[in-house]
Formats: sequence, structure tokens, C-alpha cells
Amino acid sequence: MVLLQRPHILLLLIDTHQFLQCWIAFGSANEEGQQQEEFSEELLVKPLPDHKLLAHFHFQSSAPPSTSNGCHHHLFPKAISQLVQKFRVKEMELSFTQGRWNYESWGGFDPISSSNAKPPGVELWAVFDVPQHHIDASWKNLTHTLSGLFCASINFLESTATYSTPEWSFPPASGNVRYGTLPCEAVCTENLTPWLKLLPCRDKAAIALLLDRPSLYRGFYHSQRLHLTSTESSSEGIDSGIILEQTLTVVLQPNSERAIEVHASEKHVQPSWSLSSIFGKQVSGRCVLAKSSSVYLLLDRGLVAELKFPNKENGKSAANGLTSENFWSNPSFELSVNPDRIFLEESSSHSKSLSILYMFQVEKYSESEPFDIGLMWKVPVAWLCQQTPLHASRFFMGSGNERGAIAISLKSTQFTEGFMSANSKDGSCELRVDVFQVVPWYVKVYFHSLRVFVDQQPRAVSDFIEKIHVSPSKDKMSPGVMEVVLKLPCRVNTAALTIEFDKGFLRIDEYPPDANQGFDIPSAIISFPNFHASMVFLEDDSLNRSPLLSKFQEKCPVMSYTEVLLVPLTTPDFSMPYNVITIKCTVFALYFGSLLNVLQRRVAEEERFLKAKAAKKTGRLPLLLSKLSAKLRGSGINQD
Amino acid sequence: MAETKEKSLSDEKPKPRVRPIVRLGIFLISHSFLVSIVCCTAGVLALFLLPVLAKNTYISENALMPGSASPMLSNQHVSDGNRLVKDLTNPNSKSSETGIESHKIIAQYMLDLGAEVSFHKFHPQMNQFHPLHFFSSPVSGKIQENYSCSSYGINTVGIIRAPRGDGKEAIVLVTPYNALKSGFGEALSLGIAYSVFSLLTQVTWLAKDIIWLVADSQYGEYAAVAAWLREYQTPKFSSLSTPNAEMCPDVNNLFELKGHSISGSKFSNSFRRAGTMAAALVLKVRDQNEQFEDTISIYAEASNGQMPNLDLINVVNYLAVHRQGLRVNVEKLWPLLNSSWLKSLGEIFESLAKVAKSLYPKWKFGIPATEYVEGTATLASSLYYQALGVPTGPHGAFRDYQVDAITLEISPKFSLDKVWRNDILLRGGRLIEGVIRSVNNLLEKFHQSFFLYLLTSPSKFVSVGVYMIAFALLIAPLPMVAASLYVDANSSSNCSKGDSSTPSAITDTDEHGIAIRSWRWLNSAKLVFIVHLWGAIVSLLPYFISQIPDCSPTTSFMIWVLLSILSLLTLNSVLASPLACAKATQEKEWALVKSVTISSVFIGLGLMSVINFATAEIGALLMVPMCLLARPLKLDVRAGTLRSFCRLICNLVLGHIAFPPAAFFLLKGMLDGFGNANVGDFWMWVESLWAWNSATYLFIGMVQLPCWVLCVSILFHTC
Repeated sequence: MVLLQRPHILLLLIDTHQFLQCWIAFGSANEEGQQQEEFSEELLVKPLPDHKLLAHFHFQSSAPPSTSNGCHHHLFPKAISQLVQKFRVKEMELSFTQGRWNYESWGGFDPISSSNAKPPGVELWAVFDVPQHHIDASWKNLTHTLSGLFCASINFLESTATYSTPEWSFPPASGNVRYGTLPCEAVCTENLTPWLKLLPCRDKAAIALLLDRPSLYRGFYHSQRLHLTSTESSSEGIDSGIILEQTLTVVLQPNSERAIEVHASEKHVQPSWSLSSIFGKQVSGRCVLAKSSSVYLLLDRGLVAELKFPNKENGKSAANGLTSENFWSNPSFELSVNPDRIFLEESSSHSKSLSILYMFQVEKYSESEPFDIGLMWKVPVAWLCQQTPLHASRFFMGSGNERGAIAISLKSTQFTEGFMSANSKDGSCELRVDVFQVVPWYVKVYFHSLRVFVDQQPRAVSDFIEKIHVSPSKDKMSPGVMEVVLKLPCRVNTAALTIEFDKGFLRIDEYPPDANQGFDIPSAIISFPNFHASMVFLEDDSLNRSPLLSKFQEKCPVMSYTEVLLVPLTTPDFSMPYNVITIKCTVFALYFGSLLNVLQRRVAEEERFLKAKAAKKTGRLPLLLSKLSAKLRGSGINQD
Repeated sequence: MAETKEKSLSDEKPKPRVRPIVRLGIFLISHSFLVSIVCCTAGVLALFLLPVLAKNTYISENALMPGSASPMLSNQHVSDGNRLVKDLTNPNSKSSETGIESHKIIAQYMLDLGAEVSFHKFHPQMNQFHPLHFFSSPVSGKIQENYSCSSYGINTVGIIRAPRGDGKEAIVLVTPYNALKSGFGEALSLGIAYSVFSLLTQVTWLAKDIIWLVADSQYGEYAAVAAWLREYQTPKFSSLSTPNAEMCPDVNNLFELKGHSISGSKFSNSFRRAGTMAAALVLKVRDQNEQFEDTISIYAEASNGQMPNLDLINVVNYLAVHRQGLRVNVEKLWPLLNSSWLKSLGEIFESLAKVAKSLYPKWKFGIPATEYVEGTATLASSLYYQALGVPTGPHGAFRDYQVDAITLEISPKFSLDKVWRNDILLRGGRLIEGVIRSVNNLLEKFHQSFFLYLLTSPSKFVSVGVYMIAFALLIAPLPMVAASLYVDANSSSNCSKGDSSTPSAITDTDEHGIAIRSWRWLNSAKLVFIVHLWGAIVSLLPYFISQIPDCSPTTSFMIWVLLSILSLLTLNSVLASPLACAKATQEKEWALVKSVTISSVFIGLGLMSVINFATAEIGALLMVPMCLLARPLKLDVRAGTLRSFCRLICNLVLGHIAFPPAAFFLLKGMLDGFGNANVGDFWMWVESLWAWNSATYLFIGMVQLPCWVLCVSILFHTC
């Protein structure tokens, strides 16, 4: 055996040697070529209408097709690339969220909200590049790997009862998608730290320095997201370029202490803020590994319309490189740092006014002169963020432990009004709404009971539902999935979908430790495929290189998530097993006791025994007994 | 030994060794008279012992942690609340006839805090008798007609979203408010709620959303809350009712508010929701008060004797007593407090306890006599309100949706000076804050503590395991007496038949006769069934009577009585005529009727104890002695002994008391005095019972009334 193996080892040695040589050669070639691992970091800050501030961190690492490097990387996190290679993940998104995105005041029609507003808890979806029958196995392994990687209980998504297979309504439409959520997962620093570990500079330099845990978790909304896409190279399936996109979206309240002090007259003035006041830290210098690190300040369309920039008409010229004074020193606000660049949005189809983006380059600053941008409001401004075409909310109907109904209600927002007026010329204007709803198996939904109400009138389901896909739940096996495409008229004011369900019973070992809390029904996804949330900023050379802005340009459909619902199920009294055991034991004891008694007893024998006893004894007793036995016999005959 | 002796002596038992359990049963049945006396007295005694046996309440759910955090409500919030009170009591705000101005003020205040605000318009829904809707959940699909713009109420709803919460659960705070004729108390309750609300918009610990419902109480507090809950839980998506509230001009005025507000998106005219409701608090401040202390009264009884989880009451009690220094009250039956017999009973118990303690120092079950009297008065009112089945406040509406809710009524000490007002705002606010914080701490819904209990004081309770004993003792003799009567009736007729008939006849009719005799009880069962059927008809009659327009309560009652008698006679003549002749032939018939009656009463009481224990308990107190004692008056008169005379008297008295209207008037007379008793009152009372879907109504109609009729028929049996 040993002899036989030896040549193999030799061969292997030679192979590795050759490979190493090869690798060195390619590496050197690579340094000269364009294909390199890249990392860029960006931060986007955006004031929100309700005196809050949105901070959106965007870190992007990309690895070229790895034929060249083998399994070694300069910048790209090895854990991720191994994961991609092992499970053949084509695309994956994992998000950890705490708090709720307020669609009404924070908007839902911009690229940030429609791709970063996530349901509370953990959401994971993945597209695999493996044959159909291997997908489930890959998914299970992937959940376990991610669970270890991010210190979260993602491994609970392994069971088939928790994840689902969206057919076509889920945006990356393809049969290989698996989708699962854990609505009650608590998100905290333990999830953030491993996430930060994937960054080349961790949180030790540049923008990531701002990620101060106390101030992050003090926020109103906190969502960390990890999105990766692996683009297959043309030659081989295994080798692929991977783009890893890590975003962290937080909504914070700038200096709330001052908000209390100010009087009613000043109440409506937006609070002024600076990076150091929000995060308690400043950006000093850049991450040397990053290709670019920049901070953006976004004033969205509604705000720009309110601010009335003096020379809006010649904004185009301003954006073409001339940093016009008018754009950053406005009567209503003041920036503490001069922006390096100002971008104007290209005309959008859905809104008249255009948003403005200020760009600040962090590279210029150093430790001695840290970067700290601040914004001072001078006059009260009020605006509205652009909302989704329809505002969706979901709730339970009915009461009791037996049955109920889920209702998804859609209400028109101010956006639809505008859209309607724009499209009113042609009468047959339709608004397409996709609804994707996963229901756990213990909520037994009756899909036939789906009813549609449009403008407070009950309507036939077939009139408005263009397409529906339903996969009923199997007990303890798979959740129920409902995918609906609604075609609503544009003038719709309210629409509602209701569907009835029965509450199921669980076995005692299926209850979680906090069974009396109730069970969560994951958010439904409402998407509007006709609408694309994109912001196209005027073309520039540097624009092509900014991953965040190119992300904004992508046409992704407007999406919103509904609330997570809590369904109280019947819970047994958990001291019941004890009672049941006691009662059962008593019943068994009684039953077996009497059974044994009956089996053991022989009536005739007893009588004979009694007689024998009587014969032995003398006196009155035998007399009595004989009388008694005679009576007995007599009565026995009578009874027969 | 006794059994063997008995057996050997009597020698009538066919078997040498009967199974012990059967032997015990036979023994009990043969001594049913003694057993029933012992059980009934023990049952009544156990009921009176309940205040002594009451345990101290304790907070069962550890997650509640009441009072572990120091209150954050500061004078700043109190002055905010004061501002609202001033604005609301300001005469300018009342200029509008519909009171819309004050709703606007409240909404504006809520908006300024950054809460989401919406108005909920509702048409007050009159409670109506729906014979088939007992026990069913509140119906949403009622067809609404005849609504004009003049009759609608407006609830103002403010919602604070928990900053980091997931919005799955919510806590509801309700303040009833009548904008048209609001007293100072109502304004003050709004002030307390507002100060808490303004605090809760700033706190970081909030995990559940907070809903503040200002319920428009011009059509009743309950109606407003119930309407809001109906819309929250079972909304109607289709509005087929033609006169929509939106069309009314006044309502449109409301939405002008939108223009005033800067953050317009926070206000919407659509109905806003938060998650599953975890608990609800109804806050009221009483206008006038003659007490010397700041007291807070807790009302907890919901429909059909349902109670909120005891932990909720415990938390309120703990925080009010130990943190805010308020005195906590629960409802008492005041007339009982001065009754001397109760006091002497208490003293007896006290002295007994002393004797017991002297015998064995570890026996400590005595309570002072005064405490006993108070405990009994509280227990009696607890039983009474649970038995009535009518909720004691707007919190009852929540219980219909399985939400734990209580009403807190603060009765402040004295007049309206400024310092005092701030004090009550601060303490009331801190109490509410503490309770909300405790409930907010909950990870699971209320489930740890008791749902079935009777309170004997705010900090003492009797749990179901204890109070069931009294009831079980009371109804235990019923099946035994029924069995013994059945056996007696059978055996005695056997004997009589055996004596009278010639031996030749026996051989001839023996098998046939046995068959007939063993099925003879069916005749009585038929009678009992007919009477119960009549009971069902009687309980349906009010529905038709209420359809008669312009009918005073007295006339309605008279019509009801007449119709009932008429229907009884008709039923009797149609269905029971063959029975009547059969009855005439058998002299022991009454015993069988009594036996079947007792069994039906037993079943009825047993069922009722599951639905509403208190009703069953009170019903058992009335019906069990009557059923057990019932015996034809003729027999007693004929016997002429002292014992039969006593029984005669008892029968007559019980026969009067157990008649439901008589019992009602007696109770009413005891509580309010006999002066203003009116025949129509009973009708009103019954009307309220069915309007609240109280199971007591069904119990009275279908168990108690038939039982009474049967007992009376036994009393006047001709034998």
C-alpha cells in the first residue's frame, strides 16, 4: 500500500509546486491587469422629514474570477468566497434588522428604502447554481454556515417548515430561490462584530470608525445587510467573480436633548447635526486598502422642492463640474464643510423635482484634521418623502383561539394621486401589485376563502387577480405560500385582501420555551413591478466608479414589507404533563387493580372455601352461613 | 364490621360481597336525607368560610417586575397634562355644539408629541336581543340602518410606535370623554393620560406600541370602546350602509386639522392599528368624592363573570399601595358591612381560630371580625357582579376579544386647588406609567396567574380550587337524593303492587309490569322536558315583546307573564294530557317527578358552573334547598307532625323566594330599600341581561324557572 501511494504523493508535490509557480506568475500578471480585488466604502446621510436622520453605510468588496488567485485573496473575506464556492451560491442576501421602517414618513420610493427596508429579525434568501435536487441540501448547509459566521440562529431556517420556494413573485425570479425569515431574532452587536470582520479595515479606520455601537443601537431602525452576487465567468462554472455588498442602514435621532429644550416656536425646525454629534466619533483618514471612501449627503426630491434653490433652472451647468455657491449655501441651511462635488439627479419620471447629492472625499482628511460634516438648519422645513404607490398594512381579524383571518389592506398614498393624474389620459391604466405571503403551517390558511375588496366593495377574485400561485402548507413539513399578482385600477383608493385561517394545534415538544408569547407570521412582501426606484445622477467619470451611485442607478422594483404579526395559539398548561401523568397512573392503577381482582377471583372456589371453613367451625356461624349460601343459590337462580 | 353485621342481619342483599364502591353508593343513597343535610350545611358554611380561607395575592409572573424602575414622570409632564386640562375646561373650547373642538384640541396635542393620530367615527350600536347569538363572538356584519348625521361619536386615537419594537403587541390606554358635557373629572383623566403619553414618546424602553383611545362617551363608555374594538378586530371592508359618516359635514370639519399640522403624514383619516393587544387600562377620575383619602377603585368583571388575569390587578394594587400611597378599593356590597349577624359570625370564626391557635400554635387561620365582614361584603359583590354577567365598565369590551383589561377609577380627596391637582396628576400618572412599564416588560401574554378567582379585598383572593368546594358540597346531595327517590318510588310501588294484587295476577303481569315500572320515570321525564321546553319559549318571548313599539316596562312585563302562563297551559294541554291521566293513577308519581327534576337541576347547575360559576353558586343556594325539600303540601298537612309543619313552612317560603322575579325584588329591596320597587324593574333588569348577552339570562329562563315550576307543581300535587 505504502509503495503504491508514494508516487501519488510525489505527483502531488510536483503539482503543488507547479501550481505555486503558476500562481506567482499570474499574480504578477494580475497586478498589471485591470482585474483586481477592490474595496470601497461610502456613507450616505439623508435628513428625514420627522426630524430624524438616515445613515446608510455601504461597503463593497469585489473579487475577480479566481482562476488566477486560487483560494487566496488580498482583500476579499475568505469566509465568504469559500462559502460561495462550496455551496455554489449565485446570489444571496442576509439581513439583520431591528425596529420597523416607517414607510409613511421615511418614504418607500427610493433605492435606499426599497432595498434596505427589511422586516424585523433575520431575512435570508439565496439563489443556488446547483441541480434542483441538491438545492435543499445546499440551503441547509448554507444556513448552518451563516449561523456560525454571524452568531445568529439562522440554523433554524434549516427545517423545511421554515423556508419556502417562491416561484415567480420574488424579485430574483428563478426556480432556485429559497427564502426564509426569522421574525423574532434579536439583533445586536454580536451580529455586527462578525459582519465588521469581513471588512478589510474592520472598524478601525475611515468611515467604519463611525460605527459606534451605543449610538447605532440607540437608533430607531437598524438594518445590517449582506448581499453577494457571484458572476459566473464564461469558461468554467466554478470560478466566478464575487461582489460582496455590505450595507448598514440606521435611522437616528440627532441630539434629542436639545429637542426638549426648544420651545414650541422652534419645534418645527429640523435639528442640526454633525457626524460627531450623531455617532460621537469623527472620520480620520482613510482606510488604506480602500479604493475610495467618500461621504454623501442626499437631499431628496421633496426636500429640494421645498428649499427652492435659487437657480434651479441652470442646475445642469452647475452639476457639470462647477461647484456653484448656491447649492450648498442656501438660506435655509448651512453645511460646515464645502462639498467636493455636487450631483444633480437626472430628470426622473415620477417626480418633478430632482434630488441633490453632495459628495465629500474623506481621503483629504487625516488624523490631525478629522472629517466632520455638519448641517445647520435655519428655517423650519417640512416635506414628505416619496411613498410607495400604495401603502400596505396587514393585520389579523377576528378573535378567539379557533379561527381568524389575515387582511392585507392597501391604501393609496399621495404618490398615486400624482401618478393617476399623469396617466389619466388613457382610461385603462392599471397598477400591478405583487403580494408574496408565507404562512407557517400551524396557521391553516384556506386559500379558497381569499376575498378581494376594491374601494370598499366586495369584488370577484378573478376580476383583479391576474395570476395566483399557491402552495398549501403541509403539517410540520412546509409552510403555505401564496403569490398573487393583482391588477388594480390606478384610481383605486383602498383595496383589501382577506383570507381566513384556522389555528392549528402543536405537539407539546413543538412549542418554543416562550409559547405564550404567540407565534410570528413573517412579513408579506408587497412589490410594485411597474415602478422602479432608481436615482440616476448626471453622468460623470467618477460616477462609474462609485458603487453606491451605480447601485442607485439599478432599476429595482419598489418593494415594501408589511408588519410582522403575532398570532396567539392555544397553549396547553405546561404543568399539564405532570397532571396527566398523575391521572393516567391513577386510572391505570384502578384499572389493573380491578382487572386483576376479577381475574383472580373464582366465585365457586370461594364458596367452597367458605363451606369448608364453615364445616370446620361449630356453633351458630355455620348455621348462618349455610343459610346464607342457600339464599345465595336461590337468589342466583332467581336472577338467572 | 358494621357492614358485615348489617349484611348478615338483614340478609336481603343478594350477593355476599358487594364491591366497596357500590356499597358506599348504596349506603349514601339510603342515607340521602342525612347526607343532604350535612352537605348543604357544609356547603353554606364553606361559602361563609371563604373570606377566612382567602390567600394573599402575589405577583406570579416574574417578568412584570412592578416598581423595580423608578418612575420617570416628572413635573414637566405634569404641567403638560395641566395645559391640556386647562385647554379642555376652557369655555371657548365648548362653543361648538358637537364638541368637535375639544376632539381637535386633543388630536393636536397628540400630534405635537409626534404620535400618529386618527379619528374613528362610529354609530352607537344599540344592544339588541339576538336569541341565537349568545356566546357567539361579537358580530361585525350587522346591517346598520336609520343612521343620521346627528348620531355618531368620534373616538380620537393616538398611537406611539415603540422606537425599537417590532410592533407585534400593543398596550391600550382608554379615557372615556364626553365632549358635550364633560365634568372636571373627565378632563383630569385626559390630563393624566396625556402626561403619561408625553412621557412615553420620549422613553427608550418601550417594547410595545401604546394606543391612547379617547372614547367618546356621549353614547355610553362601553359603546364607544366596543365600536372601536369592533373596527380594530373585525373591520368591514365593504361599506354598504348608505349614509356614511364621511358625508356628514361636521366630520369633514375634523380633517381640516390636517392643514394645521406640519407633520401631516402623522395624521390620517383611515383607521390605524397596532399589533395584538397585550392589556388595556381604562382610566377614569370621579368628579365628586366624600372620602378622606385618595382612593382608586378597580373594576374588573367583564361579561359572563370573566375576569382579567389576577396579575394585572396585583400590579395595580402593588404600585398604588406601595409606590403611590393610594388606597385601593374593590366594589363592596355596602349593606352587608353593617349587618350584625355577619359581625357575630366573624367573631365566632375569630374565637374559633383563637382556640385552634391555643391548641396548636402553628394554626393561624383566623382573621379579625371587622376584616371578615369587609371580606364577606367584597366577596358578595364579587359574586354578585360575576353572576350578573354584565361588565362593570368599558373594560368588558376588551375581554370579549381575550384582552385583559381593568377600569381604574381615581377618586381624589378634595377640591380643585392647583397643588392638589398637580399631585393627583403626578401620582395617577406615575401609577399608569408603572403599570404600562410592567406590562411592557412582559414577554408572553398574561398567563401565569389566575383567571378564575373571587376577590375578598384588593390584596386577597379565593382561587377556583377553594371556592369550588362550597359549590360541590351544595350540589353533591342532588344525585343521591334523585337516586334514592327513584329507588323509593320503584320499590314502594313494587310493594304496594305486590300487596294489592293477587298471586295469580303477579305471574300474569309480572314481566310486563316490571317493564312498565322501570320505564315509568319516562313520564316524569316527559313532564320535566315539557316544562324546560316552556322555559326556552319563555326566554325567547322577550324578543318578540321588545318588537312591540311604545311599550312601558310594566306592560311588557305583564304581557310576558300572561304569554308565559298561556304558553304553559297550551303546552300542557297539547303535550302533557296523556301524562295527566297517568299521573292520576299513581300516587308516588311526585317522587319520580322530583327525582327527574333534581337530576335536571344538577345537570343545569353543573353546566352553568362551567360557564359562569357565580351564577351557578347563587342559583344553587336558591334552588338546592327548594328541590330537596319539595314535597306535596297535602302530605305534610295530613301528617300533622312538627317536622312536617316545619317542612311546610320552609317549602312555602322557598317557593316564594326561588321564583326569579321574587328573588330579584328581594335582592333589590335589600340593596336599595323596598320603597321604590316597581314591577317594570324586573323587565328592565332582564332587558339589560339579554342586551349584555349574559348567560345568567339563559340560566334563569331555562334552569331556574322550570325548576321552580316543577317544584311548585310538586307542592300542589294531588295525591
